[in-house]
Amino acid sequence: MEERLIISGFGGQGILFSGKLWAELMMHQGHHVTYFPSYGAEVRGGTCNCSVIASDDEIAMPVIDVAASLIVMNQPSLERFAPLLAPGGLAVINGSMVELRGPLPGRVVYSPPATEMANELGNVRVANVIMMGVYSAAGGLADFDAVSAQLGRMLRGRKEHLLEINRRAFAIGQEWMAGHAPDADA
Amino acid sequence: MTDSKGLMSGTRVLMSGNHAVGEGAIRAGVRAYYGYPITPQNELTAYMATWLPEHGGVFIQAESELAAINMVFGTALTGARAMTSSSSPGISLKQEGISYMAGCELPGVIVNVQRGGPGLGNIAPSQSDYWQATRGGGHGDYRTPVLAPHSVQECFDLMPVAFDLADRYRTPVVVLSDGRLGQMMEPVELHEFRPAGDLPPKDWALDGCKDREPRRICSLRLKGNELELLNLRLQERYTEIGRDEVRYETIKTAAADLWLVAYGSSARICKEAVKRGRTAGLKLGLLRPITLWPFPSLPIAEAAASGVDFLVVEMSLGQMVEDVRLAVEGRSRVEFCGRAGGSVPGVDEVLDSARKMIGS
Repeated sequence: MEERLIISGFGGQGILFSGKLWAELMMHQGHHVTYFPSYGAEVRGGTCNCSVIASDDEIAMPVIDVAASLIVMNQPSLERFAPLLAPGGLAVINGSMVELRGPLPGRVVYSPPATEMANELGNVRVANVIMMGVYSAAGGLADFDAVSAQLGRMLRGRKEHLLEINRRAFAIGQEWMAGHAPDADA
Repeated sequence: MTDSKGLMSGTRVLMSGNHAVGEGAIRAGVRAYYGYPITPQNELTAYMATWLPEHGGVFIQAESELAAINMVFGTALTGARAMTSSSSPGISLKQEGISYMAGCELPGVIVNVQRGGPGLGNIAPSQSDYWQATRGGGHGDYRTPVLAPHSVQECFDLMPVAFDLADRYRTPVVVLSDGRLGQMMEPVELHEFRPAGDLPPKDWALDGCKDREPRRICSLRLKGNELELLNLRLQERYTEIGRDEVRYETIKTAAADLWLVAYGSSARICKEAVKRGRTAGLKLGLLRPITLWPFPSLPIAEAAASGVDFLVVEMSLGQMVEDVRLAVEGRSRVEFCGRAGGSVPGVDEVLDSARKMIGS
């Protein structure tokens, strides 16, 4: 098993949280893991991304030059990272905010309207975890119980009140995935 | 932030390189940390601010880098384990203090999470402080042992090594990290550390002279040839360090046509290059110095004598490559591949350079 995932969007969209969620989850499943964030001048509204690699083998380089999967939360991220997606790779793009302006031939693309779905759930800030639900279901690398347990490890103490809505967000993403095919025109 | 106190040894924890340095230092028994903010090492300062006092140690955010290194100087005089950290421009500011510590034969650990230079530069990862770290850095005829972790686990594991080296040889020790290594997260298996059992007693420490003669530690040595005698004593110690403390890792170097030589984050790029190169039919190996000083000259010299060529990969325009050339002494080819100013060489760039060497 080897998975090379880039998550990207605006600062404030929970990009780094999603990356850590995935990295810790993969670690708890016994894989080698690296997580590398963009860092420094990032602010809310600026661009933000992270690379997570999980593998059965030791991971040489923590930075991804060819991605197996992308989670794309805003338009600039699509333009920047789509060229790195390997043939046959998976892209989960936030259909509420990202328009697929050109085709991605040979790639599997899902476009859940994650921002709208999160608003319906009552908190726009869980769009990232809805995306993780879609991604997990599409990639088949983690189920609800595992992610739910990981969310429980991360949302403790003064963040505990956010646990339930994040669990629901993940489940909604999984459910959306069950009812949708990949974008036909990708 | 990861809970320092609740962490059990033997557990795997996802940590950043900066946090792992902090946790390693705490477990190595550091009693005092003095720092001043600068990206990309701030997570280390923050970690120490949160957790060192919980372990009974002292944390001070100093008013400047100079103040921080001089606080390390002062704590080291008392025999307690002390450290500071910064990133490249801040490390330049600390050089006076490091030189004074070398001149006073005092242990201490200085962590440099390198960023792009020269000048204030940028905040991207870099390895352009190799010369500064391995050539003493400040004024005077001195050296500091330099440890270069290449993984988050090693960021943790090398901290007790750094403190033991410092105490054993009464010298400041530099841990040379970089922005990529500091920011990235990997699982770390936590251990308990104990200082090495055979460390010499600190019979020089200024820890109160009740019932004994007062001791004196002074950096100014004006009398007769006492300064030359100090220098000779230091050189003797450096010879000993060069003989006994070289550390390196080799990967697939047996039956390799070309050895890559790289440390820290560059070594991670090179590990990937070895893997992809071997798949593509290039017989590559990697020698990864873990101590940059003392430098692993001997295995390089031996390989050069048997006809091995070298490609040195750095996040600079070529600093460690000079140490490789000194070891090779013209017996085989040494080429360089690197990027500067916070840019990082890609695996393809390394493989292109390797192909050119093997093909010509």
